[in-house]
Amino acid sequence: MTMKWKGWALATGVLTISAMAQAAPPSAAMLSNACAGCHGTNGGSAGPSMPSLAMQSKEAIVEAMKKFKSGERPSSIMGRLAKGYSDADFAAMGEYFSKQKLHVTSQKLDPAKVKKGASLAENNCGRCHLEDGREGKDDSPVMASQWLPYMQMQMDLYLDGSRKMPEKMAEKVKPMSKEDLDALLHFYASVK
Amino acid sequence: MTLDRRSFLKLVGAGAGAAGLPLIGHAAELMPKAGKRVVVVGGGYGGTIAAKYIRMMDKNIEVVLVEMNDHFVSCPFSNLYIGGILPDLKELTIKYDKLASNHGVKVVQAEVTGIDAAGHTVTTSKGTLKYDRLVISPGIDFRTEEIEGYNDKTSDLMPHAWKAGPQTTLLRKQLVDMKDGGTVVLSVPLGPFRCPPGPYERTSMIAHYLKTHKPKSKIIVVDANPDIVSKGPLFKKGWKKYYEGIIDYRPAKKVTAIDAGKMNVLIEGIEEVHGDVINLIPPQRAAKIAQVAGLVGDDKKWCPVNQATFESTLHKDIHVIGDSSIAGAMPKSGYSANSEAKICATNIVAMMNGREIVGLSGINTCYSYITDKEAVSVAAVYALADGKIAGVKGAGGVSPDLSTTEAIYAHSWLKNILTEMST
Repeated sequence: MTMKWKGWALATGVLTISAMAQAAPPSAAMLSNACAGCHGTNGGSAGPSMPSLAMQSKEAIVEAMKKFKSGERPSSIMGRLAKGYSDADFAAMGEYFSKQKLHVTSQKLDPAKVKKGASLAENNCGRCHLEDGREGKDDSPVMASQWLPYMQMQMDLYLDGSRKMPEKMAEKVKPMSKEDLDALLHFYASVK
Repeated sequence: MTLDRRSFLKLVGAGAGAAGLPLIGHAAELMPKAGKRVVVVGGGYGGTIAAKYIRMMDKNIEVVLVEMNDHFVSCPFSNLYIGGILPDLKELTIKYDKLASNHGVKVVQAEVTGIDAAGHTVTTSKGTLKYDRLVISPGIDFRTEEIEGYNDKTSDLMPHAWKAGPQTTLLRKQLVDMKDGGTVVLSVPLGPFRCPPGPYERTSMIAHYLKTHKPKSKIIVVDANPDIVSKGPLFKKGWKKYYEGIIDYRPAKKVTAIDAGKMNVLIEGIEEVHGDVINLIPPQRAAKIAQVAGLVGDDKKWCPVNQATFESTLHKDIHVIGDSSIAGAMPKSGYSANSEAKICATNIVAMMNGREIVGLSGINTCYSYITDKEAVSVAAVYALADGKIAGVKGAGGVSPDLSTTEAIYAHSWLKNILTEMST
């Protein structure tokens, strides 16, 4: 059994770390459940600075993890963790979280900002963050019901240049006022 | 050594007496077993998750969670309460009702007094429970016999506060009651112990409290280890930056005796260190039930397991997770227990359904506060190598510096992990 697995690993080149050479492969659930201590069961986060991973597209997860791993996307712990996984692992996690139901949060939000943000979102962001942010085009993340503090922290990183905005996003975001951006995030946080 | 051995036998004797082999036959069966059943002992970071995930993965397995208390108080973040940053322990306290209503975990509030491995039976204070597989996540006990003069009353006088709850509030009260200009002594045992960075976060939090409220006071740390066990450079940096003159760190100083009357600890039996408040953290081993059930290894301290499944290498069909187990490179931390519980649950479900073992993937993440606003972190990813859990090379490590961002993430860490355990 061990030999067979070893042979498979070598033949496919999937396993690049020596630590796994003799083990059976972890399942997608095994890989993903380990994340749930910080991102919530099935990727539904209860912590305001941690994003929900539930229902994110496979592409969004894979891209985010690759960028954490390379350091392109700034992070606290994520960069250090991402280095422990292969692209195949990222794909497995992405597949797993994409199948989970949207995690609906209840957050205290300013209704006026939510209302203003709704029209801003429709006019500026809706081509990539589809269905009021319930879906993401390609690797665009699902924004619906995401924690406001998490989104604000990420927007700060975008604005100070430490997280790179996709070109199309930059075109829309850069002309916006801080107030408009805040309203936008309030709107996405409110979507259920 | 003789003392150690004698006390150990006494402990086992007391436990076996309480469980009482002849009694097993007479104790009433608590919940007759119909189909497949897993019993989980201990409702902390490991046990709650094992119980919940087994139910999430297979509704045909009945899961009974046995826990002595009706609630659980988290050790992670309890240092913030001790340092006066959190007003109480509410945020750290979880209940078990939603594990029952959301997942059908049957929660029994009882003390486990014995395990009959051959008979697949657990004896509790409320009756016996049969199982197909047993998971124990019982936490730690103290090797108090290694400290001369330590008795039943010592923890009231010199709290360990290494199990969160009344001990935590006692240490906090002692600090609040201490006069300004007083000395706090914190004694760190030789590793391995629960939460490797814990004593140093506690030192930081107590120093924060002293600096803020009792600036003429100081804290002496007597550490049996040759140096800070975890996140050393970051703690030292933080202490230098914020607590110069408040923290007196003394490595390689093992407390071997106490003098309760004088409020002294004795280093190697000779050097006396006096404290107005003494936070005495004794050396540790797996919780008593693990000792009583014969699950500890040759070291008489910790439980050896098959590191792929966390099944005991000493007793079949019993799995040991969390601080009690020998889990390779995974530390005795809350997040490790969470991760181990899922690895264990996945493979229990696999084995009970006749499927192959699933390959291991685990994580540890751990934050420590240095001040009320700044924290540091350590992380690792784990896989199995030659049958042992090892850190994946090139991954993990500590945060580059102290930061407010780490502290913000730390708080969400707590919120998520406790929510996962209780919903």
